[in-house]
Amino acid sequence: MSSPSPLHTQTQSSSGSIVHDVFHAYRLNVPASLQVIDAFLCYVLATGIIQLIYAMSVGSFPFNSFLAGFLSCVGVFVLTVSLRMQLSERNLKDPNNRWQGLSKKRAVADWLFCNFILHMAVLNFLG
Amino acid sequence: MATDAVERKSADQPAQTASPSAEENSQVLFTRPQRELLLRTLILGLICLVSFSIRLFSVLRFESIIHEFDPWFNFRSTRVLVGEGSYKFWNWFDSRSWYPLGRIVGGTVYPGIMYTAAFMYNVLHFVGLKVNIRDVCVLTAPVFSAFTALSAYALTKEASDDAAGIVAAAIMAIVPGYISRSVAGSYDNEGVAITAMIFCFYLWTKSVNTGSLFWSGLTTLSYLYMVACWGGYIFLINLIPIYVLVMLFSGRYSHRLYVAYNTFYVLGTLLSMQIRFVGFNAVTTSEHLGAFGTFGLLNLYCVKNWVQSFTGPRVFKAFVRWLVFLAMSLTGSIVVLAFVTGNGGGMTGRIRTFLDPTYASKHIPIIASVSEHQPTSWGSYFFDLHITVYLMPIGLYFCFKKLTDGNMFLITYGTFAIYFSGVMIRIMLVLAPAASMLSAIGISETLKFAMRSLQADDDDEDLSMRVANPSAEEAKSQQSGPVAFCLCVGACVLLFQYVRHAIWATSEAYSSPSIVLSAKGRDGERIFFDDYRAGYYWLRQNTPDDAKIMSWWDYGYQISGMGNRTVIVDNNTWNNTHIATVGKAMNSPEDVSYKIARKLDVDYVLVVFGGVVGYSSDDINKFLWMVRISASVDKSVNEKDYMTSYGGYTVDDSAGKALTNSLMYKMCYYRFGDMARDPRGAFDRVRQTVVKDASSIKLKYFEEAFTSENWIVRIYRVKKPNARGWV
Repeated sequence: MSSPSPLHTQTQSSSGSIVHDVFHAYRLNVPASLQVIDAFLCYVLATGIIQLIYAMSVGSFPFNSFLAGFLSCVGVFVLTVSLRMQLSERNLKDPNNRWQGLSKKRAVADWLFCNFILHMAVLNFLG
Repeated sequence: MATDAVERKSADQPAQTASPSAEENSQVLFTRPQRELLLRTLILGLICLVSFSIRLFSVLRFESIIHEFDPWFNFRSTRVLVGEGSYKFWNWFDSRSWYPLGRIVGGTVYPGIMYTAAFMYNVLHFVGLKVNIRDVCVLTAPVFSAFTALSAYALTKEASDDAAGIVAAAIMAIVPGYISRSVAGSYDNEGVAITAMIFCFYLWTKSVNTGSLFWSGLTTLSYLYMVACWGGYIFLINLIPIYVLVMLFSGRYSHRLYVAYNTFYVLGTLLSMQIRFVGFNAVTTSEHLGAFGTFGLLNLYCVKNWVQSFTGPRVFKAFVRWLVFLAMSLTGSIVVLAFVTGNGGGMTGRIRTFLDPTYASKHIPIIASVSEHQPTSWGSYFFDLHITVYLMPIGLYFCFKKLTDGNMFLITYGTFAIYFSGVMIRIMLVLAPAASMLSAIGISETLKFAMRSLQADDDDEDLSMRVANPSAEEAKSQQSGPVAFCLCVGACVLLFQYVRHAIWATSEAYSSPSIVLSAKGRDGERIFFDDYRAGYYWLRQNTPDDAKIMSWWDYGYQISGMGNRTVIVDNNTWNNTHIATVGKAMNSPEDVSYKIARKLDVDYVLVVFGGVVGYSSDDINKFLWMVRISASVDKSVNEKDYMTSYGGYTVDDSAGKALTNSLMYKMCYYRFGDMARDPRGAFDRVRQTVVKDASSIKLKYFEEAFTSENWIVRIYRVKKPNARGWV
């Protein structure tokens, strides 16, 4: 399992030690299956950030294409975070969340469904 | 104490009633759940039927006809969509309106209602029912009102329970505030959009309650439909974030909320941009900024929670400090950036009007001039909502008593709808569903409570249970017998009154097409004034195909829909200057008007005059708005010139000089003195005054072409200059 390095290298300022501590705690306490999802999330985040930097430095001229690309990243990120919430045992047990018995298979199917909607819209919007 | 008893009793209730009835019905056909299902389906079916048929007054009284103003445009575009196909419609450039500018209809329209009607039309034709497209359009709103009732049932069920849901559907089906925009023939965006909105709210509540991505996905799809239907989606995209904030600050955050909102915001924004009229507005204008801010806040909050879940308190504290700093500097820089580049201030006039109710009347006369944009009077609350005005607080009380995620949404929705409905009378339409659902909860809970204590009085079995109760409660429930009975009777009387009022309001106030006017004669028989259609058909039959008609913008859609002629301005008020020019032509002396009319290439001028039959919404009564709107562009126009010396607005001999010289005045009262319908002479039945010099009005540059039977529509031909340029 490769460590999700972007989180670590992004901030090197005075707050670096805090991030380091947080990261250390993370490696200790989060189950491996979720760490895979987290790695994917970091990848999506990085894609989004690259697009944002590109748009800011070069220009966002076909604005619809930029929005489609960027929002597809944001969308996938958000949807995957939602999926991760539904897969995490800790979240399911937490009484504050009041989940009403969602099965994991169902959660993944729902995730695919939402991704389908998202990417239909993205395809339509790319131009 | 009391609430405890109620809850415990409610838990006992099903078991008590279920046991005897289940035994009885085991010999009969259905078990209890089956019977309930059957009853529920039957009741909802009847409710749908009622909500459909109460809206048919206008068809029965008049005929199957498209009403009012905006529906005529929708109808015309639907005919284009059905006749020429989706692709042509999408790229439709309408050269017959806003002459000489034209209008790109495909990109400046909410196409939802046209596609809905075209879809129904195609399905019906596919099945083999060869209906007319006009009838489909006329009946679209009543059909969708039935769907609204079902959505109200579903939403209330999600927020409260089944019983309240059924009451909500029943109240929603006949609430006059909603009927006002959804009678048969009222083929307007709102008729479909309210359904879309309530359905979207239902799916939203469902997705918050379950936290399932599937329901969130469906919510975004219904949001897409809502955006396609109506500009009022702004209410939705702001209400939902506010609800999220309310949940967040009241400590009811859950991961389900995160799933529901984030999916809704990101997918919803992306989908709403697929509607061309919305386009990039969804990410660039400040109306959508609140939703974005909430999105950011919710994510920060979630990150905070997540880090907290696996770190110790020391690291966590430092992390939160770092996070807050980061968030504040980010939002700060975004706000500064927005102000520097000037992107953030793009609030449209209508939205500003909501935040500051006096804004429109100060700055944008064209918004203030529309009657449905006026502030709401107290009377119209009662007229449009009737008992739900009083029952809504009861519903709110019961919602607060037992807070859930679902009824928190209803509370937020109700509160904001009440505020906005006070600003614009049009938003009564948005309040009506909220009022219906909240008062349904109120009625249902009250009745449930009353019935329970009534049953407890009758039921002997209940005695044993009551013995076990503390004595205070027993005394209370013994006292509550007559009170409960009064409650039940009172509720029945109220609901009966409500039904009577709704039917009366629908038949008397909301079923007039406003194209065909009707009045009661001396013997009580109905007299119809069909002048509008006579005028428009005259245009259609007697003018060249490319004739340009100038009229006040109210009649633009009708002229292009029924008369099929080119108009200068219409009800899509996108170009204020153009409308102001027409206003200037109407309120100037004849020679000035003639120059404007020639510049605009006008062939005919149409005015609406109600002085003969007493039709009050005519052009003389709208005249001051023409003055105000043209004054907002052309500073040489002064409203005071059109008033009497003491500041009033009349047409008798004290009328302002500019008014009697204006083209509008002359066109309305031209030859009016020759009419001897009234013994007093040229008596204007709207203004209730005698117009003194009505017979001396002469027109030099315009000539009368057509005057309808009751003088409501008058059409004048613009004289063309001869070869020497003289008229």
